[in-house]
Amino acid sequence: MSGIRLVLRVLLFLSPGIAMAESQTEVQRYMQLYMRSNAIPYPEDNSYSVAREKLGHLLFFDPRLSASDWISCASCHNPGFSWGDGLPKARGHGMKTLPRRTPTLLDSAWMASFFWDGRAATLEEQALLPIQAMGEMALSLSEMVGKLTRIKGYNVLFEKAYPREGITEKTVAKAIATYERVASVSTEAPFDRWIKGDTQAISSAARRGFVLFNTKAACSQCHSGWRFTDDSFHDIGVRGDDKGRGALFPDIEVNQFAFKTPTLRNVAWRAPYMHDGSETTLVDVIELYNVGGREKRASLSTLVRPLNLTEQDRKDLLEFLGTLSSPVRKTEIPMLPR
Amino acid sequence: MFKRIFFGFVLACQATLVHAEVHKVSQKGKAFSTQALTIKPDDTIMFLNDDTISHNVFSSSEGTRFNLKIQLPGTRNGQKFGKSGAGEIRCAIHPGMKMKLIIKE
Repeated sequence: MSGIRLVLRVLLFLSPGIAMAESQTEVQRYMQLYMRSNAIPYPEDNSYSVAREKLGHLLFFDPRLSASDWISCASCHNPGFSWGDGLPKARGHGMKTLPRRTPTLLDSAWMASFFWDGRAATLEEQALLPIQAMGEMALSLSEMVGKLTRIKGYNVLFEKAYPREGITEKTVAKAIATYERVASVSTEAPFDRWIKGDTQAISSAARRGFVLFNTKAACSQCHSGWRFTDDSFHDIGVRGDDKGRGALFPDIEVNQFAFKTPTLRNVAWRAPYMHDGSETTLVDVIELYNVGGREKRASLSTLVRPLNLTEQDRKDLLEFLGTLSSPVRKTEIPMLPR
Repeated sequence: MFKRIFFGFVLACQATLVHAEVHKVSQKGKAFSTQALTIKPDDTIMFLNDDTISHNVFSSSEGTRFNLKIQLPGTRNGQKFGKSGAGEIRCAIHPGMKMKLIIKE
């Protein structure tokens, strides 16, 4: 155990006021791990431009990217619900309920992979899959290109954003990805203000929760860094038959029933939880971890084990998680070209 | 005749022992200690988990396919490779952990 972790663990047994006063240096050193990243990363073949962001903004909100002309990216990734839909499971083409919950787009520019099972490596790759999926937007890419090409306004906008590249699958994906990278950046939450030095930005209960988060509750083993995720895949003991990443890697035991660790930004506003919406509240989520997972399969993560959290511990963790919420960036419903 | 074959066999074994190397690759802070490694045919890589959490080193690339399975903190596992090939080695749990492997004479 590192010195810092040892000190933090010892702090759990001290009164909160004394603990925070006496361990300020140690806690501050630990806090460095959560400093926000400011510069949005862009791939070499899709650098930022205003024209690209504007085009992506239109495409993201345009329901004509679906077979029904009724479902847009924003139907499920609604900024008003922290870039999710607030449903236990997503609804797609023909109002059919899909097998998994809509993942949030928050801070998607930094994600290592996409979808609950991580099957897409880039935002560009991700953007085209729900459009084609028969259960989701149900539009073939050739039909999509045809529909967009027939809309006069789009021809001008694509030429501005991607000169001489035309309206293609690639340019559609690139524009949507550019918009998502910019629009989904989370804004400063009370936790960030505390990290920056505003000692009054979060309550003493939340500060105790932060220590627990990094020690006894072991949340930070995966929900680490300023995005509160290392993008890792784990079976955390959610009941059900969905093999998650295991469907992609059937021979790797740890990938069976494993799903991507989601960000905890705005987590208090994004109920229900897990890949299938099976945990209704954050209190339920904390209980799932406290009992070491609800179903203990051979693939269960070695990090998921009974935690013996007290009632006060749970309250403090909940209080801390609430400090990660902040309004999404201001985004407009754009006027779409006809 | 038998003697000659026997000595030939011993020499071949020694040659293998001399040439087959063991390369150490550490896993710490959810990262491999190197991002790229070139090894010779029949060499072994010893993967050390110097982290505080478990890892699962594997490769699904055609020329370097293997799966070390779950590796607890503080443990080490060796993987011997074939005559030639190239591929990517990853951790099945942590997608940020990647290293390129080339096997060539």
